[in-house]
Amino acid sequence: MIISLDLLKRGEKAIIKEFTLDMVPLKLLEMGCLPGNEVELVQIAPFKDPMYLNINGSHLAIRKETASHILVEKHSQ
Amino acid sequence: MSKQLNVALIGNPNTGKTSVFNQLTGLKQQVGNYPGITVEKKEGICKLPRGVKAHILDLPGTYSLNASSLDENVVIELLLNKNDKDYPDVAVVVSDVENLKRNLLLFTQIKDLKIPTILVINMADRMKRKAITLDIEKLEDRLQTKIALVSSRKNTGFENLKELITNYKELSIEPCVNASVIAPEYFDRLRKAFPKQDLYKLWLVITQDVNFGKLDRNEMQSITTFQTESKSNLKRLQQKETIVRYQFINGVLKETLSIDHLAAKDLRSRLDRVLTHKFWGYIIFFAILMLIFQAIYDWSSYPMDLIDETFAAMGEWVRNTMPPGAFTNLIAEGILPGLGGIVIFIPQIAFLFLFISILEESGYMSRVVFLMDRIMRRFGLSGKSVVPLVSGTACAIPAIMATRNIENWKERLITILVTPFTTCSARLPVYLIIIALVIPDRDVLYIFNLQSLVLMGLYLIGFGTAILSAWLLDRILKIKSRTFFVIEMPNYKLPLFKNVAYNVIEKTKSFIVGAGKIILAISIVLWVLASNGPGDAFNNAEVNAVERMQAGDFPESELDKQIASEKLEYSYIGYMGKAIEPVVRPLGYDWKIGIAIVSSFAAREVFVGTLATIYSVGSDEEETIKNRMAGEVNPILGGPLFNLASGISLLLFYAFAMQCMSTLAIVKRETNTWKWPLLQLVIMSGFAYVVALIAYQLII
Repeated sequence: MIISLDLLKRGEKAIIKEFTLDMVPLKLLEMGCLPGNEVELVQIAPFKDPMYLNINGSHLAIRKETASHILVEKHSQ
Repeated sequence: MSKQLNVALIGNPNTGKTSVFNQLTGLKQQVGNYPGITVEKKEGICKLPRGVKAHILDLPGTYSLNASSLDENVVIELLLNKNDKDYPDVAVVVSDVENLKRNLLLFTQIKDLKIPTILVINMADRMKRKAITLDIEKLEDRLQTKIALVSSRKNTGFENLKELITNYKELSIEPCVNASVIAPEYFDRLRKAFPKQDLYKLWLVITQDVNFGKLDRNEMQSITTFQTESKSNLKRLQQKETIVRYQFINGVLKETLSIDHLAAKDLRSRLDRVLTHKFWGYIIFFAILMLIFQAIYDWSSYPMDLIDETFAAMGEWVRNTMPPGAFTNLIAEGILPGLGGIVIFIPQIAFLFLFISILEESGYMSRVVFLMDRIMRRFGLSGKSVVPLVSGTACAIPAIMATRNIENWKERLITILVTPFTTCSARLPVYLIIIALVIPDRDVLYIFNLQSLVLMGLYLIGFGTAILSAWLLDRILKIKSRTFFVIEMPNYKLPLFKNVAYNVIEKTKSFIVGAGKIILAISIVLWVLASNGPGDAFNNAEVNAVERMQAGDFPESELDKQIASEKLEYSYIGYMGKAIEPVVRPLGYDWKIGIAIVSSFAAREVFVGTLATIYSVGSDEEETIKNRMAGEVNPILGGPLFNLASGISLLLFYAFAMQCMSTLAIVKRETNTWKWPLLQLVIMSGFAYVVALIAYQLII
């Protein structure tokens, strides 16, 4: 199932598929947020924003707005 | 003696680069600025085997060579300029064993510049606990480099690193990744256009918005204008480059690194569950702030009293031992009180920097950013504004520099504009002395001290004003900028004593030296102005006072004091003070306070020093600054000059006024225009005057 990253729930894992942004921020890629990598939602702040992610062992936080532009494929149970 | 080796330490933030630097250089290090910019430049000397000496440069942390901030520009500018005197003979890339993959991105870029590069894998002591195994030999082979496995915590592996640096000539300078695969045709054209240049270097020059000031102008000009690709296409190619590099790294690590993920679930997730908790996270953050506050006010008061008394005693000693004369007076009445006014800062500044560096080192600061981002955004700020606002309680200058990692320009500008409202340590001595004079020292509700509560109130006022004006600015400023935010959540680490201690010593020292120079100069000028005067009135002060005593105006015991105050009144500074008195009178101040306020526009902390200098001119007794101020009488209304009304008015004035030239200079540098610092100066100080005026008129 493909969803945007901001819909992931805490503790869930998924695979990054693609970005729906015209221009993907280079910094995001450099921090390891690349298609094909596994992402886990570690923690969310109140209002689900920002989101604390673990992408293949690289831990970072991004805002919900950015996350909504990242499509991921959720693992089937 | 042979030439020193130039070594550059490069690495991502949070890899322990600074610990490695500290281990290599010990205390043989110095911190300065890169010429013309405010980026901190840390360098030191390291003794290598066989009598070789290395000059070690600790470059700002960066995630890649694609610069997006001034700090990162420094790195790339240096690495692209062979003529720079700091151009490294060997680059040491510091990585963290747990984030090796991300750290290697930067490594491959440096390697492709054909600089001899050593890879340091730090925090090796964590490998066992995290069940990480590394095939070092294979990794060295695949990356074509030498690897030093070190632990700055356990101080292991450094001898090996030093050995590797000494033998840097044996390092291979073969690139890891062939960047031209991302666009073969384009790179081909590049090669033909500039056959003498290194291809990857060309690519970096073209894609970076760096100001290559020091590089050969003509050549660079032609390179940067070599644009057969559109800007957005270049960006896409940069992304492609990143992906290609990661593919290479993934391939390498697959063969050499294994992590048992089950063992890796640990402290981090347990601590995160509490520290970033929706409720407890905020409670803990608030508790930490309270603790910092307590330390600054309460714990540091003991050494501060001691310093105050010591300087009073030193002045007395100088007066009694040195031959009387102008020089002795200058030392006892000008320099010593002025210096005392700055040295008294040391305990508080040290405490503040101690806490801030512990919070940063431990990795907790990123959690605060995470927790606060959403809330701060309501006020037009970013979660990353918390770091400047918290470190603004130490000093606005490093705080404003710390705004650099805020990606969004509007959020960053607002943070820069409101940070000076937070209560910096320079305000503290002013607050402390005035609170001690006008607020009674008693307990409220058994546990709270009234003085301490007032101080806390002032901190809250400062913070509240900052937030409120941010909210206003967010609505007033019409700036469109991309809202993109990413922050690394580093591992929790026990702060290394050495790092924290160096940081505290370094920051305190530079603050004291920087502010000390201004204060020393100002106190000498003030003393000269206060002990000389134009015309007969000043010279006749003594005769006049004696006459008035004989006429029965005051008892003989007060003669000295009367002479001193009369002299002061007719001195240069007395005339100047009188000139500005009408402006400060409605706020409840006399001309002496007026002078102190004017001189504190150079820096706030000058206030106490100025009053100390003014009050000690002509006084013979050993007295602390506080006692002298308490003894001042309001010349018009009678009663103590420092009463509740004038005290509160002064406190509020200092809470809001923009009285720091260095901050204005930094704001100018960071925003690249005088518009913002001038606005700050006018609006903040005007607001301060109005609030102080209202407060005084209401209370009196």
